Amino acid sequence: MIVNEKIAIEHGLKKTEYKKICELLKRIPNITELGLFSAMWNEHCSYKSSKIHLKNLPTSGKKVIQGPGENAGVVDIGDKEAVVFKIESHNHPSFIEPYQGAATGVGGIMRDVFTMGARPIANLNSIHFGSTQHKKTKNLVRGVVRGIGGYGNCIGVPTIAGQTCFDESYNGNILVNAMTLGLVKKNKIFYSKATGIDKPVIYVGSKTGRDGIHGASMASAVFDDQIEEKKPTVQVGDPFTEKLLLEACLELMSDNSIISIQDMGAAGLTSSSIEMASKGNLGIELNLNKVPCRESNMNPYEIMLSESQERMLIVLENGKEGKAKKIFDKWNLDFAIIGKTTSSKKIEIYFDGNKVVDVPIEFLSDKAPEYDRKWKKTKLPIKNKYNKDIYKNLKILNVLKKILSNPNVCSKEWIWRQYDHTVMGDTIQKPGGNAGVVRVHGSNKAIAASVDSSANYCFAHPLTGGKQVVCESWRNMISVGATPIAITNCLNFGNPEKEENMGEFVECTQGIGEACKYLNYPVVSGNVSFYNETKDKGIKPTPSIGGVGLIQDYKKMVSMELKKLDNIVLLIGKTEGHIDQSIFAKEILNKKKGPPPEINLFNEKNNGETILKLINEGYVKSAHDVSLGGLLVAIVKMCIFGNKGIYINKPKNLINYFQYFFGEDQARYLIEIEKKDLTKVKSILEKNSVYFNEFGIIQEKNIVLKDKLSVTIDELIEANKKWLPNYMSN
Amino acid sequence: MNSSVIIFPGSNCDRDIDVALKKFGFKNKMIWHDNVELPKSDLVVLPGGFSYGDYLRCGSMASKSKIINDIIKFANSGGLLLGICNGFQILTETELLPGVLLRNKLSEFICKNVFVKINNVENNYFKNIKKQILELHIAHNEGNFFCSNDQMKKIEDNNQIALLYCDKNGEINEKFNPNGSSKNIAGIFNQKKNILGMMPHPERMIDKCLSSDEGSIFFETLLNNFK
Amino acid sequence: MKISVIVTLKKNVLDPQGTTIKKALEGMSFNNINEVRQGKYFEIDIDEKNQRKAEEKANEMCKKLLANLVIEDFKIIKSL
Repeated sequence: MIVNEKIAIEHGLKKTEYKKICELLKRIPNITELGLFSAMWNEHCSYKSSKIHLKNLPTSGKKVIQGPGENAGVVDIGDKEAVVFKIESHNHPSFIEPYQGAATGVGGIMRDVFTMGARPIANLNSIHFGSTQHKKTKNLVRGVVRGIGGYGNCIGVPTIAGQTCFDESYNGNILVNAMTLGLVKKNKIFYSKATGIDKPVIYVGSKTGRDGIHGASMASAVFDDQIEEKKPTVQVGDPFTEKLLLEACLELMSDNSIISIQDMGAAGLTSSSIEMASKGNLGIELNLNKVPCRESNMNPYEIMLSESQERMLIVLENGKEGKAKKIFDKWNLDFAIIGKTTSSKKIEIYFDGNKVVDVPIEFLSDKAPEYDRKWKKTKLPIKNKYNKDIYKNLKILNVLKKILSNPNVCSKEWIWRQYDHTVMGDTIQKPGGNAGVVRVHGSNKAIAASVDSSANYCFAHPLTGGKQVVCESWRNMISVGATPIAITNCLNFGNPEKEENMGEFVECTQGIGEACKYLNYPVVSGNVSFYNETKDKGIKPTPSIGGVGLIQDYKKMVSMELKKLDNIVLLIGKTEGHIDQSIFAKEILNKKKGPPPEINLFNEKNNGETILKLINEGYVKSAHDVSLGGLLVAIVKMCIFGNKGIYINKPKNLINYFQYFFGEDQARYLIEIEKKDLTKVKSILEKNSVYFNEFGIIQEKNIVLKDKLSVTIDELIEANKKWLPNYMSN
Repeated sequence: MNSSVIIFPGSNCDRDIDVALKKFGFKNKMIWHDNVELPKSDLVVLPGGFSYGDYLRCGSMASKSKIINDIIKFANSGGLLLGICNGFQILTETELLPGVLLRNKLSEFICKNVFVKINNVENNYFKNIKKQILELHIAHNEGNFFCSNDQMKKIEDNNQIALLYCDKNGEINEKFNPNGSSKNIAGIFNQKKNILGMMPHPERMIDKCLSSDEGSIFFETLLNNFK
Repeated sequence: MKISVIVTLKKNVLDPQGTTIKKALEGMSFNNINEVRQGKYFEIDIDEKNQRKAEEKANEMCKKLLANLVIEDFKIIKSL
């Protein structure tokens, strides 16, 4: 087949990009070479639209060992140990085939982590579905949840936290973001950069089939009516083989056989081989007849672009081939020497004795296009004015119950009960709380992790929304007593070729950057997922932030359930009654417009650090940050978890009960302390200029505010826990 | 006390049980399924996980491993053989224990704490146990115990029911049955009571900071009964 | 009328179960196996006397639920 512009466009390349390829090569590429270019130059691999904006994110810090650009980020947790983590999207495949799409998403991110030599110790996920009324939603939820569980449970890595949202903007384009954390010795981290010439290039894992050819291009394409035609590109996950691959790789990593290692993810053999060579400034030579194939008559184009799962590419030290092969034989996995590193700085591929690819590596990597796309700024919306009359017919209890059973607030136990969250025996905080926490095996340390997104805030004002998600993640770390270390981000956006969508991306990223810089909470890994739109309808801008924090002594960890009768609950941070963009405004008042709550980074940092001080000094018995749904929802969740009630003090300087209870002002926490510590805690808060008030006193099972509210927690548990199982079983 | 934990491809609770056994004083060895010879042991454990990916039927392919012959010999000579979760499934596939473990009634993976009542203490696993109701943890897709009426009669006549799902006060009721298991069965013995298969994972519940530490009671009792 | 249907993974789609079963059989010394593919079998009893209509219905069921056409094929093998 002779390549022409039309074929190039079918491969997702732009006219100008095809022209550039021909100019670089000084000839027309053959079809395999075109395949390589289309895979490497597409958005997913090249970050061509996002690169210039991602440069502004803070990516370094005292604890950062490896920032973005590797398979995953790495941070130092002391005692010669490090945590490796990353979040990644698998949105398009999950919409087409929810079980396999979600499963292979989990598989892919785990490979990214163990490729670096780390044993995975925790999985997390952030999943966004369309409206609960939409006909596809229920099946998608079921499929995705089963897929995530099916893969993670089988490997034996606990799923410790997650987040689930419903919003009609995801009706035609769900989001499945999976995150994995791994633990590694600092001197045993493996990278993808190849070094040395004439080193054997080894293929290990599953065989190559025609799975997912052009998945990376699919990830960067807009869905349209021909969605059916795109179906055959979905891969099937094999968690059993991945478990074997994990054990085999870690076994091989125990000595110095491996020079570099890279998993075959998007764009398979193409991107893995090119990345290894590119980072090492080397060339690479491959003989595709040596690649273990599952199907007959696969051609070079198919072999290079296959996205079959559970495969790795390794550059070995000379002479270690025999030892390595023995390990992979033991685990019953394919092992093949398929090429070598060279000094040519080119990728040269042979098949049936012919040279089928001959392209300088830099053309595929460094020379990939980079765009400074046009983007549009989002103005801060004007605040709504709320007339007192609108509250007239509302009852606090009714509003509370409605919010507690809102799909985005209700208990997600139906989901996380299907994930094994206790395997490995170190999960000390299970899903449903502020953050998941796992012990660092055999030590006193523990790692906290959570995933957050706030698409409504980001949609209303991307800059504020971007900041808010980072702050929310930071608060989740603080609430369990963890020092926030770093984040990974999965940036899910619409079409970057549209100015509005590009603007959302630019400003969200800017907001994330500002907050991360201020909070010293750097970004160490992540991915960008553009083109989340179907038939011209884009999703709300949805950056998912995976936060990671360190607890030095796990015995000091704090959880959110109320602990003891007569203890005092303090509300930290100022309550102004910001209603716009709250669940209350949207679901009860039916007001969709207005600005998100303001972010004050000074207060965030100061409040958080002061609480952490209180926790470390042992004053805090339970804690929870106040987020979606507002103050009353936050305290009710603490009550439900602890099976206790609370007597709420009448608030001072009250504007209005609804604004007080359901407003979503930021930088707030509820903390439980003992009566005897009140004076001491107050003085610490005052000394640090932290705004607080005494919110209430813990009592038996009733939640009471004099003359306004009196309800048993059992009644509220009903509202909170029943919605999801009922929805899924109908 | 010498114990051996057998690792099959896809086992994933092997490390957890190793940690637990060592914590309570067992001298434990990890044995790869391909080894033909079982080292001298007082206790052999088939751990939880997804041997062979749970493909075909849970435990079916592991039950054909090379080491299984030695394990059968070991059990026939009276050695203690414990199967937890997937290990239980392997024991039913080898027919060392009666019945099968079907898919959970709701067809969903279940991961949660449960209470189980110890139904028979006349054996080396539970003799002198200090509590008869334990809070343990289950995490499985297929834990729904099923057998023929004839088999059930034999199981009951021989007092082979080891553990029953119950509430925190020991009440045994369908309400507290998490997976549809016949008669709320969470674990059974063979006739001689030296083989125990159980769905709950005591090895995940051995520390106060975990959601229960009553797995400790299980291991402490087991060790004491060896002395 | 009783209709029997088998659902199998499409030829080009990876069958992890089949592959693992093949390896296990080989481990038990069953040699010369080229491939094992696993599928699902359904028996559907429909209150419908007309064979063509019954098969049409089964066909719909397969398309809409029993098979996932992204990765699976189905075949009505018998109707009695």
